[in-house]
Amino acid sequence: MRLPLNFLFGAVLIFCVVTAAIVSIFWTPHSHIEMNISMKFADPSNLHWLGTDQLGRDVVSQLMVAAQNSVQVALVAVFIGGAIGTFLGLIASAIGGLVEDLIMRLADLGFAFPALLFAIMLAAALGPSLNNAIMAIAFINIPIFIRVSRGSANQIWQREYVYAAKAAGLTKFRISLDHILPNIMAPIIVQATIEFAVAILAEAALSYLGLGAQPPQPSWGRMLSEAQTLMYLAPELAIYPGVCIIVSVIGFGLLGDGLRDITDPRLNGSR
Amino acid sequence: MYFFIFNRIANFIVTIFVVSIIVFAAMNVLPGDPALTILGLDATEDALDALREKLGLNEPLIKRYFSWIINALSGNFGVSHSFSVPVSELIIERLPLTVSLAISGMLCTIFLAFVLGVFAAANHQRSGDWGVMIISQLGIAVPAFWLSILLVLLFAVKLRWLPPGGFPGWESPIDALRSLIMPTLSLTLVQSAVLARVTRSSMLEIKRQDYIRTAQASGLHPRRILWLHTLPNALIPIVTIIGMQFAALVTGTIVIENVFYLPGLGKLIFQSISNRDLPTVQALVMLFAAIVIVANFIVDIAYSFIDPRLRERT
Repeated sequence: MRLPLNFLFGAVLIFCVVTAAIVSIFWTPHSHIEMNISMKFADPSNLHWLGTDQLGRDVVSQLMVAAQNSVQVALVAVFIGGAIGTFLGLIASAIGGLVEDLIMRLADLGFAFPALLFAIMLAAALGPSLNNAIMAIAFINIPIFIRVSRGSANQIWQREYVYAAKAAGLTKFRISLDHILPNIMAPIIVQATIEFAVAILAEAALSYLGLGAQPPQPSWGRMLSEAQTLMYLAPELAIYPGVCIIVSVIGFGLLGDGLRDITDPRLNGSR
Repeated sequence: MYFFIFNRIANFIVTIFVVSIIVFAAMNVLPGDPALTILGLDATEDALDALREKLGLNEPLIKRYFSWIINALSGNFGVSHSFSVPVSELIIERLPLTVSLAISGMLCTIFLAFVLGVFAAANHQRSGDWGVMIISQLGIAVPAFWLSILLVLLFAVKLRWLPPGGFPGWESPIDALRSLIMPTLSLTLVQSAVLARVTRSSMLEIKRQDYIRTAQASGLHPRRILWLHTLPNALIPIVTIIGMQFAALVTGTIVIENVFYLPGLGKLIFQSISNRDLPTVQALVMLFAAIVIVANFIVDIAYSFIDPRLRERT
């Protein structure tokens, strides 16, 4: 089978970001927190590939550690939101009736709450932190996964093998776990890939506003908010983190689109 | 029809009610003592007790919730801890700026997205279509706050055409409008990328329908088919997205106001967070959530006018 171009292109971009993130755990060109005021605003050179910031910290090292931060936040937030959402979606689909109505109403409610508002509430009540940002991003993912999993699960419940499992006396819980969940994994994984992109954007925005990663933890969003105050001195510092965000978001977006094309060929070319 | 509207209104009221409970609970049930956050760690126990009494924090939660909601319905959101004026006054003072930003952003978004989406659909699988798709893919990936920074770099730092931020007030309308150009542009460019894609795919979907082929076969002018048959039917998903986008746009104004130092509600919410001014944060979060819910409600009602089938189904 020929893999779609968007999938391949997305995979290459994500490979670069994830590799940078993983490598940063073991190695960065310089320490990302080490300050060297005498080297502040250094131009790109062999020593500092993209130069240094206002405190003389190496920009490449900060970008790499920030990639690790972004990928981690996206993974944890989408995993938590996805797991809770899928679980609730499966319950809604298996039990139906009033429980399904209630869960779907809850999902609708979740859509009324943008992540930013949720993060603002948490920050006001508990203080700004990366964990609260993760909670806010996970929260907005719950209703999305409820809808996707319940929609797909409702289709699977109509299949012959599910009727056969019911006839064999399996409980709804067993059927959901053994037959429904494995068969709805494709749309869930596609959705998760797309949501990674959204999570990276959300984390960047929250960190930019001071509601996410706190100093000295580097984050692309926070790097941008620091760079904004130095725009007249070093405009290039406001460029690099943004490019990293775009590369990750486009990468995950294309990967998700590609995966969708692979798992659901009917949609090919309509988007 | 009446049943449909009644159903939606009931839904709307329940949603607002539940959201108000969530907002109140998040601010009042989560660990943390507002009196302690206002007075600081050095405060004496007596001072803390007195402040708790003054703020009504010793009352039962349910009583506090109902008095908050009843007062809020009459426009009384309490007194701001940091500004020592009624929160409603703060909101009224800053509302015009946020509303003008959101409305101008929405109108420009709809206009730009429609032009790009219809153009791309009309040139399906030709260079114009690919161009629009690549631009919109980029637009979706660009964070609005980064785009704003880039615009400031270009128009304020390099070209010096527009102010980098701040708001001179409505007394000088020309300067006020000038300072809103970049914020509106940042909101518009990002939001219209999504809407343009939806407009394009929705138009393409409808163009494949049998009734369009029939209209073509019966010799109708292509422009007549576009305006009378394709566009009205393509509107349904577009209106859904416009509703969702308005929500994104309203919260987008919170970010954009902070990027451009605009004294609107978004800026106020962040000032209130850093001042630990809970009544103001609570009122503003509720206000923003209510705007999002009202937008969704209007979309629901708009549906039934665009597509009569939806009324009958409910």
